[in-house]
Amino acid sequence: MSDLSYLYQEILLEHNSKPRNYRILNDATVSIEGHNPLCGDKYTLQIKLEKDTIVDIGFQGSGCAISKASTSMLTERVKGKTTSEAFSVFDAFHMMVTEPDKDIDHDLLEDLELLSGVSGYPARIKCAILSWHALREAIEGESGSVSTE
Amino acid sequence: MTDGFKVNSIRKDFPILSQTVNGKPLVYLDNAATSQKPQCVIDSLSNYYQTVNSNVHRGVHTLSQLATDDYEAARSKIRSFINAGSDQEIIYTRGTTESINLVAYSFGVQNIRSGDEIIISGMEHHSNIVPWQLLCEQTGAVLRIIPITDSGELDINQYGALLSDKTKLVSVVHQSNALGTINSVKEITAMAHSLGAVVLVDGAQSAPHMKVDVQDIGCDFFAFSGHKLYGPTGIGVLYGKSEVLDNMVPYQSGGEMIKSVTFDKTIFNVLPHKFEAGTPDIAGAIGLGAAIDYVNDIGLDAINSYESELLAYGTAKLEQIASLRIIGTSSHKGAVLSFTLGDIHPHDIGTILDSEGIAIRTGHHCAQPVMERYGIPATARASMSFYNTKEEIDTLVTGIDRVLEVFS
Repeated sequence: MSDLSYLYQEILLEHNSKPRNYRILNDATVSIEGHNPLCGDKYTLQIKLEKDTIVDIGFQGSGCAISKASTSMLTERVKGKTTSEAFSVFDAFHMMVTEPDKDIDHDLLEDLELLSGVSGYPARIKCAILSWHALREAIEGESGSVSTE
Repeated sequence: MTDGFKVNSIRKDFPILSQTVNGKPLVYLDNAATSQKPQCVIDSLSNYYQTVNSNVHRGVHTLSQLATDDYEAARSKIRSFINAGSDQEIIYTRGTTESINLVAYSFGVQNIRSGDEIIISGMEHHSNIVPWQLLCEQTGAVLRIIPITDSGELDINQYGALLSDKTKLVSVVHQSNALGTINSVKEITAMAHSLGAVVLVDGAQSAPHMKVDVQDIGCDFFAFSGHKLYGPTGIGVLYGKSEVLDNMVPYQSGGEMIKSVTFDKTIFNVLPHKFEAGTPDIAGAIGLGAAIDYVNDIGLDAINSYESELLAYGTAKLEQIASLRIIGTSSHKGAVLSFTLGDIHPHDIGTILDSEGIAIRTGHHCAQPVMERYGIPATARASMSFYNTKEEIDTLVTGIDRVLEVFS
């Protein structure tokens, strides 16, 4: 068990109560739903892709503080980035929460490191990575829904 | 607290309760998911494997006979525990889920036809929904749902309106795992029987906490699990009236369930063995017998009245928390407190309480239609047992204060 106050940091709680890019994207080119049926976490990610660039991204939905903050931070981190950059961030993020002892590219993570505490809570890892899986599916062209269960 | 209910000495019977979790004394409030095991149940398992381990109903040797005796003695204890008419009405299964599936696949496939109706309630566990949905898909029967009122009770008038001569089977939960509501299964059964429908009662949550008399209820089937009744996992029970079971086809086939086999014809064994194909969970059955002995020693009436006090105490305490909403407020309920806390997601509540050593269940409790009924994705659920204390409920309240502090 890790330190609870490290998991629920103020910035994370702030993302939870005031999520960024929490809006409907009218000109989205891809839309995907991420659903964790065990928790009831459910988010819709909308992305506007122009060639290989994520020019805009928004999300809607509900879930626990970890999943909502993670989704909010995801949108901030990948907006304006190319899809290959987004994949690299996905890999680094995934490694940070599932294999934190490995050699992680901290430069790629930026603010996402605030979520590193999740690795100490195995039951909550799925909450943190739900929207990241949805993002990857979405930009791989698989519009629809993705589940972490 | 009830005079004479010696909870502190009872707690010593459960070795797991003296543990610390995350540096705090364990406060185990997830009894509706599974109960803890007293030392005598744990001992009965190791004793079986150390002294009599052998296959049942097969050997002429001494150990086989001893194992068979213990295995069948446990069946008699179960029969007496729920006041069934005879031992042959007690079928060992893996648990409540398998018991319900047995009825769906045997009785259901045999008797349910296109256009028939099956009635369940809006507060069922998925294990009492999905087998009937599959049966309906297979047979063309129609599933009808008894609605739930705002306080979390079944709407008996609506149930009466759903019943008709098309109704072939009614399957309802005795005590809701998500809401705690105790349903009037005797009345529900009588109403169904007046139209010739067969009744199954899901007793997974009731059997551990109240005196069950299947003959008084009058139901045709009663299903429950060993592990929620302080027994081992992997063992459960289906009670069925012998006249109903006699007419049913086997659910699984193989050894044990046959009387004779040739390549031309197989003659099935008598009840209950007809429904017990293969080597059963012998240790589990014996362990469940030990658990029933243990519960009987304390007494279900004493257990029930002590748990009712815990519920009243916990309800009063939780009601003092302004943003807390109890889901399931029937006046007739078991010691289950399902709640939401403002906008704070139950999983965050669960993680923070866990850091205080408090184990509760969070989520939809395998009862998604109940969550939908109340327009919520999930609840936090504290479910109590006779080894819990008022002090532990105070710890829960302090833990909830901590949750509110983190999210303030």
